[in-house]
Amino acid sequence: MEFFGVFAEYIPVFLEGLWLTIQLTLISAVVGFFIAVPLVLSVLYGNKFFESIAKGFISVVRGTPLLVQLFFVYYGLPAAGLNLTPFQAALIGFILNSAAYQAEYMKGGFLSLTTEQMDAAYSIGLNKWESIRYIIFPQAFRFSIPALSNEMIYLIKYTSIAYIIQVEELFAQAKYFASDTFYHLEIFLLVGVVYLILVYGVTFTSDWLEEKLQIPGFDVSHLK
Amino acid sequence: MSLLQLKNIKKSFGSNKVLDGVSFGVDKGDVIVIIGPSGTGKSTLLRCVNMLAPPDSGQVIVDGTDLTQKGVNLSNERQKIGMVFQHFALFTHLRAIDNVAIGLKKVRNMKEKEAHEKAIYELERVGLADHKDKYPAELSGGQKQRVGIARALAMDPLLMLFDEPTSALDPELIGEVLTVMKNLAEEGMTMLCVTHEMGFAKSVSNEIIFMEKGNIVEMGPPKKMFENPENERTQSFLHKISELYGGE
Amino acid sequence: MIESILFVFENMPLLLKGALVAVELTVLSILLGMVVGLLVAILRLYGPKYVKKLMKIYEWVLRGLPILVILFIIYFGFPSLGVNIPAFISAVLGLGLRSSAYQAQIYRGAIQSIGVEQVEAGLSIGMNRAKTMLYVIVPQAIRLSLPGFTNEFTIVLKDSPLAYALGIAELLKQGRNIIVTSFRPFTIYLTCAIIYFLLFHFFYYLFRKIAEVYEVPGYIMSKKS
Repeated sequence: MEFFGVFAEYIPVFLEGLWLTIQLTLISAVVGFFIAVPLVLSVLYGNKFFESIAKGFISVVRGTPLLVQLFFVYYGLPAAGLNLTPFQAALIGFILNSAAYQAEYMKGGFLSLTTEQMDAAYSIGLNKWESIRYIIFPQAFRFSIPALSNEMIYLIKYTSIAYIIQVEELFAQAKYFASDTFYHLEIFLLVGVVYLILVYGVTFTSDWLEEKLQIPGFDVSHLK
Repeated sequence: MSLLQLKNIKKSFGSNKVLDGVSFGVDKGDVIVIIGPSGTGKSTLLRCVNMLAPPDSGQVIVDGTDLTQKGVNLSNERQKIGMVFQHFALFTHLRAIDNVAIGLKKVRNMKEKEAHEKAIYELERVGLADHKDKYPAELSGGQKQRVGIARALAMDPLLMLFDEPTSALDPELIGEVLTVMKNLAEEGMTMLCVTHEMGFAKSVSNEIIFMEKGNIVEMGPPKKMFENPENERTQSFLHKISELYGGE
Repeated sequence: MIESILFVFENMPLLLKGALVAVELTVLSILLGMVVGLLVAILRLYGPKYVKKLMKIYEWVLRGLPILVILFIIYFGFPSLGVNIPAFISAVLGLGLRSSAYQAQIYRGAIQSIGVEQVEAGLSIGMNRAKTMLYVIVPQAIRLSLPGFTNEFTIVLKDSPLAYALGIAELLKQGRNIIVTSFRPFTIYLTCAIIYFLLFHFFYYLFRKIAEVYEVPGYIMSKKS
């Protein structure tokens, strides 16, 4: 088919786009995770001050569209004196967004353990932070595998929005290609297949990991 | 003529033969208790009677009608057969009174007021008229099961099926359900019960059927079954169950 | 500060017009998703084997694709097949069909979580299958679906600004138009964010109220998720 002949020339830029998509996804998911941990701890165990800051942040991020957040970071912050490249702006937006969603998600996992497990931990003489460190965390970590994979799937799909602020990730390349060559249907179907492979690749990997790390009696399948 | 005739009932789930040719009859006013180890097809047998699990072969004759025949209106026939479930199966979204009344309203097309009057009467029979406006989640297990019994009674059944009605209950709640069942028996209701309550079997039933692996091993009046069983397996099962459930 | 507030108020009519488009887009997409989603759920539960498989693939594909890919296939791709669909309808189709895949899952999960015994109990008092479905399963399934449905509604609302990419004059596009002449992106995007935040909480509150009205003990639906 003619389309594939034309497409072959563009493969290198598509690979670059794919690499950007993967970078955005991985960095946002992982950094988001490390921000989500203190967030969820503040919500559940923090004092009033930290609790309300964390709660406010989560509520604002979850209550507004991602695209608005990206526009705010990319177009809004420079007006306040902070200039960012598209990639930096996208990264900041995705990280903050991801942190809030992951924190909310983890909260569910933590809440399903805390009361009785904390009581049991106190009863053998551990203090609050020791209990969280030795009893809650190792269990919550297992909850975080499906959480992280859910989040990566979300990010793979939603990083495509970054094209609107000129980040040259996978979807942007498809858009450029389409306006150059007018193969609209073909190229969007093709990147669609690539996204499906990425998304379900993560799903299968996390299912496999979950099985590997399974502890009897510790079923996380309900969290999917 | 028997109220219920089961003839050579067979039923398999996949390669698992659950009922392997079960036959017996129930006369009007009979209270029959089916006992046996778990997984021997007792619940399936009850579900064959009202065709919730239609048998693969055999006949189920209720009040002269063979339910296994094609063209039988099962919804009509099932009204003659009340069923009480192990886990109550109350309609979670309805108050106690509506659980009892819904069949009257939607199946019998009774007016709301009339249906509620009858529902209250049935709830009184099981001692729960005071709780008529509560939702299932607000009732104790024993109360739920009594509503379940009232729901079945509301359709004026000729025969009641009880599928381990007390096995999901805390021990202290079993008594109230058994009392209701005993009263029903005394009123002359025809009952077919799967239960491990040996005290109830002994004092209320007029016949006990011991089933194992999809077959009837032995059946007879309680006195004979408890004191003088013919089959060795019946004896050992009754011995075990008496230890567990403390049937005196 | 006061000057900024005046500026925002001056441009409020345009922004509210955009917000209305966002709400229209969301509501229409959700309704389309509900009709198709219910159909998919029922076919996947009770359909013949190959239809079940087909519905599974339908859900699988639409849930795995970025919404932008779906929107672009419909709006930019279909014309090469000779199918020209206006931008607004393309957006409703894209958001709605994607939502149908998620809504199908919500309804299927709800129906499945109602135990077999509920059906048996309905049949045992002499209801036929249709009546059992109508009076026993559906009222419970609606209650069980409501939290998931609320969540799905807010997701569609939050994805509605992507219609921007098709050139639809929703809230963000209106905001952008104002910025082109005023060069005040910070103020305008902040205002857009606040409007979305208010919309989000309005609908969230609305569905919680509906849930409270239909709540019965044993089905706690209005609990904040």
